[in-house]
Amino acid sequence: MGTRPNWFAGTFAVGWLFVILLPVYLMLRASFESQSAYTRNGPLAPPTEFVLDNFIASFEMGFGRYLLNAGIITVGTVAIVLVLVPPLAFAIVRSRNRGVSAAFRLLLVGLAIPAQVVVIPLYYLIDSLGLYDSLLGVILPTAAFVIPLTTLILCGSMREISGELYEAMAIDGATPLRSFFSMVLPLAKGGIATVVVYTALNAWNGFLLPLILTRSPEVTVATVGLSQFRQQFSVNIPGLLSAVVLTIIPIFIVYLFARRALIAGLMGVGGK
Amino acid sequence: MTRLAISERTSGFAMREAQNTDRGGLHAAGRPGGLQHAGRPGILWALPAILYFALFALLPLGFAFYLSFTYYNGIRISPPTFIGLDNWTRLSSDAAVGKSVTITLLLVVLAVVTQVPLGVITGVWAAGPQRFRAIVVALYFIPLLMSTAAVSVLWGSLLDPNFGIPDALPWLFGDGNLLGRQWSAVAVIVFIYLWGATPLYTLIFQGAARQIPVTIYQAAQIDGAGIIRQFFSITIPQLRNTIITVTILIVVGTFTAFDIILILTRGGPSNGTAILPYFMYEQAFVAFDLGYGSAIAVVLVVLAAAVSLVMVRVTGYDKMTGSQEGI
Repeated sequence: MGTRPNWFAGTFAVGWLFVILLPVYLMLRASFESQSAYTRNGPLAPPTEFVLDNFIASFEMGFGRYLLNAGIITVGTVAIVLVLVPPLAFAIVRSRNRGVSAAFRLLLVGLAIPAQVVVIPLYYLIDSLGLYDSLLGVILPTAAFVIPLTTLILCGSMREISGELYEAMAIDGATPLRSFFSMVLPLAKGGIATVVVYTALNAWNGFLLPLILTRSPEVTVATVGLSQFRQQFSVNIPGLLSAVVLTIIPIFIVYLFARRALIAGLMGVGGK
Repeated sequence: MTRLAISERTSGFAMREAQNTDRGGLHAAGRPGGLQHAGRPGILWALPAILYFALFALLPLGFAFYLSFTYYNGIRISPPTFIGLDNWTRLSSDAAVGKSVTITLLLVVLAVVTQVPLGVITGVWAAGPQRFRAIVVALYFIPLLMSTAAVSVLWGSLLDPNFGIPDALPWLFGDGNLLGRQWSAVAVIVFIYLWGATPLYTLIFQGAARQIPVTIYQAAQIDGAGIIRQFFSITIPQLRNTIITVTILIVVGTFTAFDIILILTRGGPSNGTAILPYFMYEQAFVAFDLGYGSAIAVVLVVLAAAVSLVMVRVTGYDKMTGSQEGI
């Protein structure tokens, strides 16, 4: 790029930064302020107090349970994906079986299915399995919908392992099982991290599937809980915003500790 | 939601992959056993994931088609009953469907014309060498940490007519009931979608802009091209493939505007923001006519496939080389 400063783009970029940060600041400010002070001072006033009442109230209204449910769904979905996807990616990269290449084409078709389109039959399927209104009923399809993309991500990182390494393993008489565990998995660590983060983001932020497949408060997840809170307590802005903050905290922690994998995972998420 | 776009993005790689496995297949047939075959996994490795995926994603897709010919109210004791073309005749004469398609297309167009320019400008700017730009980009990142539901509730609270910014700034917002009128409600949804999604495109354009060789700009400078000329004659053409990729991501991502609409407007006022996915949801899970909802879902599949096919053809995206091209 040119070395001269570009004032137009610079002004624009800083202006956009302001548009991004202002609501975040207003959210944090409001969520640490009591409802009465917020109503008195309005949304734009400088912060006047710092209380945790809203967060405590959110937990008292059951938001802790919703966060826990979202956490369980996240862990369950990641577990299923970790069991199913690495062997599939290994087969796609290394197998010479015709069936595997057919399976791969099937997955590409799957990439093109938006979840919205199949929610009705999924509802029927989950209901028929007796899993309606259970966390497992949300976990199973959530995991299915991340399989195509996570497989592509992992194929990418497994293909970077050089063919000579595979051959060396084969010459030493290693079975596929052995090369998989002692070579492929350790060398594909980066790809696996991306897969985990992408899957976790999808599961944690998922909205449509839990909205349709659950009903009881015991199995409500954080995103759906937010939507319900908004309908029930739309006058309590600080309370609502504190619940929003609570849903962001876990991802923020991941952002601090695994920034690379998170960015790679987000690139996979696309438009979310 | 974004799956289609991602398939486009990775299709170059995917095709190569398919060819690889194909060639592998021929090899295996010609030369069984030996080192060519040693240590290679068989189909059993792929089977569990494929069966799982087929059960929860492919099977329902076919089943949606069947359900569109049934009456089904979602109650287990009364399973779907076949009613022939009833849902489809109803769909063809339902004025709300046409309206919903129009709003969907409007939202897609508005999303593209706002997010692409913003993403290009911020991304190209962020690609510059100055150190503090990295910090700005890290801050741009914040909306990406939030779910669409969280973004919607945040903005819904800030734009609340009684307790939000409109109430504090009446000279700017009038009565402040932004979600109460169709056009302001559409504008709010477009803006929220912009706020939540554009940071990702900024990142993508930043990466792409960094790939543009500096020498092109140096040559242009010697030829006396100004910064604006450089932007339109070098940067934009060089980013062409990325612009196409991002456009597809936005188009397909508009499905996820469903979350925003469900949380903020519930399709209102008077169906003024009921995009097709929301209209389907409402028919299926509010009116409990899941058969009719399935017919709408089939329309949705066809529409999504058609849009992406047209875009791929029009833009020549399918002739793109290399999988990383767009990223």
